[in-house]
Amino acid sequence: MATTAAVRPQEADIPEAVVVRFAGDSGDGMQLTGGQFTLSTALAGNDLATFPDFPAEIRAPQGTLFGVSAFQINFGSRRINTAGDAPDVLVAMNPAALKVNLAALKPGGLIIADTGAFTKRNLDKAGYDTNPLEDDSLAQWDVLAFDISERTIEAVKPFGLGNKDALRSKNMWTLGLALWMFDRPREPIHDWLKQKFAKKPDIADANIAALDAGHAYGETAELSGPVKQLTMPPVESEPGLYRTITGAEAVSLGLVAGAQLAELPMFFGGYPITPASAILHHLARLKEYGVTTFQAEDEIAAICAAIGASYAGSLGVTSSSGPGIALKGEAMGLAIMTELPLVIVNSQRGGPSTGLPTKTEQSDLYQAVYGRNGDAPLPVVAARSPSDAFECAIEACRIATQYMTPVMLLTDGYIANAAEPWKVPDPASYEPFPAQFLQEKNGEELLPYKRDAKGARPWIKPGTPGLMHRIGGIEKAADTGHIDYSPDNHQAMTDARKDKVLGVDVPDQEVALGDSSGKLAVVGWGSTFGPIHQAVGRARRKGLDVSHIHVRHIWPLPGNLGELLRGFDHVLVPEMNTGQFKTVLRDQYLVDAQPLTKTSGQPFQIAELEEAIGKYFDGVPGNEGGEVAVNEQQLPSPEGGAK
Amino acid sequence: MNAPAKIETTLKDWVTDQEVRWCPGCGDYAILKAVQRTLPQLGADPANTVFISGIGCSSRFPYYMESYGFHTIHGRAPAIATGTKLANPDLDIWLVTGDGDGLSIGGNHLMHVLRRNVNMQIMLFNNEIYGLTKGQASPTSREGTRSPSTPIGSYDHPARPAAFALGSGARFVGRGFDVSKHLPDVLMAAHAHQGAAFIEIFQNCIVYNKDVFDDFAAPKGAEDRQLWLEDGKPMLFAGDTKGIALDRDALELKVVDVTDGDWKSAGVIAHDVTNRSIAHMLVEMPFGPFPMALGVLYDDPRPTFEAAVAAEREKARAGKEANLARLLGTGQTWTVNGTAADPV
Ligand SMILES: Cc1ncc(C[n+]2csc(CCOP(=O)(O)OP(=O)(O)O)c2C)c(N)n1
Ligand code: SF4
Ligand SMILES: [Mg+2]
Repeated sequence: MATTAAVRPQEADIPEAVVVRFAGDSGDGMQLTGGQFTLSTALAGNDLATFPDFPAEIRAPQGTLFGVSAFQINFGSRRINTAGDAPDVLVAMNPAALKVNLAALKPGGLIIADTGAFTKRNLDKAGYDTNPLEDDSLAQWDVLAFDISERTIEAVKPFGLGNKDALRSKNMWTLGLALWMFDRPREPIHDWLKQKFAKKPDIADANIAALDAGHAYGETAELSGPVKQLTMPPVESEPGLYRTITGAEAVSLGLVAGAQLAELPMFFGGYPITPASAILHHLARLKEYGVTTFQAEDEIAAICAAIGASYAGSLGVTSSSGPGIALKGEAMGLAIMTELPLVIVNSQRGGPSTGLPTKTEQSDLYQAVYGRNGDAPLPVVAARSPSDAFECAIEACRIATQYMTPVMLLTDGYIANAAEPWKVPDPASYEPFPAQFLQEKNGEELLPYKRDAKGARPWIKPGTPGLMHRIGGIEKAADTGHIDYSPDNHQAMTDARKDKVLGVDVPDQEVALGDSSGKLAVVGWGSTFGPIHQAVGRARRKGLDVSHIHVRHIWPLPGNLGELLRGFDHVLVPEMNTGQFKTVLRDQYLVDAQPLTKTSGQPFQIAELEEAIGKYFDGVPGNEGGEVAVNEQQLPSPEGGAK
Repeated sequence: MNAPAKIETTLKDWVTDQEVRWCPGCGDYAILKAVQRTLPQLGADPANTVFISGIGCSSRFPYYMESYGFHTIHGRAPAIATGTKLANPDLDIWLVTGDGDGLSIGGNHLMHVLRRNVNMQIMLFNNEIYGLTKGQASPTSREGTRSPSTPIGSYDHPARPAAFALGSGARFVGRGFDVSKHLPDVLMAAHAHQGAAFIEIFQNCIVYNKDVFDDFAAPKGAEDRQLWLEDGKPMLFAGDTKGIALDRDALELKVVDVTDGDWKSAGVIAHDVTNRSIAHMLVEMPFGPFPMALGVLYDDPRPTFEAAVAAEREKARAGKEANLARLLGTGQTWTVNGTAADPV
């Protein structure tokens, strides 16, 4: 590594965190660049959070605004909770990428642009009358513009690729430059390229050459331009083995772990849908862990097959996103009536109908809690981050098998795709919850609907001698499970189903940051954890009496939550929907929960939340900016997780 | 699948204590009896037998069978049964569906369970009407059927269940009717078939579509109107005075007269249950000009879905240790000692 030649900035210049956004055409490989940069960041020991933001179109027409794909990473030498509000560095591989992302860039930030892609044609497509790199419109930022396309072609020339193929390595050239900027070793990326293109060594070599050329360019450019090399010290982390993990990976691994803790084979029924498909893809490769994956003909068949598998004694799991979850509604009712375990994962996306398939939202909370015909309660658990999705998936498996009930696990498009470092847990540190099957009659006659102390009925596998019985969606008589439409029985069974779910053992709600009573509680759920945590942290640093409460158990709610909320003068509920959790809290506790809503398909920014918090306090000192280092001690331990 | 030990049972062992709730005289009773008569002959084990149904009069069936039973939701039984079979391939699954359940709301699932070839017996009770919801026209109702939803007669073209099944890729297609004494034979052939076995059973809904099958099912004249197919036997009916021949120029079937039992010179073809082309003609053979083709129309097994799934799982497992701790720590990892990170 040629870091010796670099003129190192003064110690004081090193920021605690930097936000970089790679943006280009969907064909420019920005997600790959971002992913590899993330890896090198993790290897450098920095904490990080990422936000991949890509178009719904697979191959959007080149150069168009809607075809822009971006990957943002926030990394630092302290704890990082969000992908960052505004980038410090914007890499724009074409005019459209510049146009779409410029507004987000911090004043004084750095733009790295590929002049080779700023052709008349591309400028027209992006709607630029004049070349922004040549007029004065970018004056408030530092600009490093040069012909990345040309330099890439030059670098890969020895490999005899045509121009079109050569330009495919542009992203690696750019990555090389980024690696130089942050003083990162190239070897892990070399290794990765060699592995990825094991069957096409030429392509691997060309990409490596491009990467090296970009890196070398950094050294030369530094002497004359705005680029400085920056070495960010590693974050202080608990010793242990780490990896990066996305929410989709974490859900998959958590389900595998959950099934093992229940001592059950897992059956996963899925139907492709963004952003849930990644879970099906991950699990399809884990067959040796007792996982059967089934790509069904539609979402209804996917959940029904999972129910059929649960009936036969497997842990049935199905996963989808909003529109697919809507299709599963009737079958969830069947699982509720027949009281079979089932885990339903909803990776929420934006809007009704097809909506915003690749963007994030939290607008399926009503659907999860209320969205079925009849009185059809089921437990709902929501993950707050990619790594938390692992714990939540285990928790969902535990509740489903212990209470004989379908459970919904909520994540969202942001959690599904975003990556963060994860301290790899030891599966042996989780308390097993082995499933029990009835082996002989539980009364003089078999009573398939006789409940245990938790309100759960016995799980009876077909194939067990002597326990033949019939179940179905028609109302069941208590105990015997025979068809029974009588008024008293339906009343009793409706109550029993409701009480069973309300009786699920949910840990008490902890306060994520701040005191357990005071002026303002900011109450969140799901992927808003990061921005809320940072905003509350900043506000507290300004001396404001505000606390962050983050709810994992959406249904049933933690037993102490009502009391906790009543200890605050104000309750503010930021959500990426029009105020759904707020309604549930008002309904359950008659507290004056106030909504703070956002449905743009983009996560909350810290500044937005800070501003909303500020409104509760007169004479707030100015926004100091920057993320706060949150004392890890103040974070609640993962509920129901490692013991 | 392990060949399960044969169990000795009688018809009575398969009868539950539940009161049967079909209308008196409904064809479903006869089918229930036929199934309860068939299972002892198969040596089936009630503890290993599962009846899975959708919704409809027909789908009440599992409640009356002393075995495991799952009365699910409208149209989805094939999907549920697929999950059950994959989770435990040793179970002997019978699926019960209706013409509405299996061909309207559940048509998609029926198609896929057949093309995947999940090993189970699929009995579609075709009464050409929605019984349970009080008599609306169904996808198999004949054109002109008057019903509460089609007061001046239906005008959509009926689906043909057996043709649908074959077109979906079924490797066994059988046909029978409720009161036929041959029904148990068809059920036994279906059971012997490894894979999805589809049986269309014409069933008399005496309340909403009374006697619509009488034109071929009524005992009087049945000889002339029923063609019972047997593997290797000539396709003869009407007391062996008529037969089915292949018009080789038009590439279609035709009815020919047979004199003195000399079917060969009349050009009558012998039934080959593995001939898919002939099967396609048999399922499309219009009743009226032709007799109703009954029995085993097609039977040519191929590997089952659950066998393929199990084989894939075994392959994935071979030589691999399922170590969760190692799986969690897979990918690009690093270790932290104090504050320094070392790539591993
Ligand atoms: C989702 C849903 N839609 C509609 C119904 C009402 N429904 C119950 S049975 C049935 C039709 C049954 O017809 P078929 O499958 O032919 O059965 P049959 O009663 O004739 O045996 C309908 C429409 C339902 N139960 N569920
Ligand atoms: S309505 Fe028809 S199909 Fe239903 S039970 Fe009565 S006779 Fe049988
Ligand atoms: Mg019907």
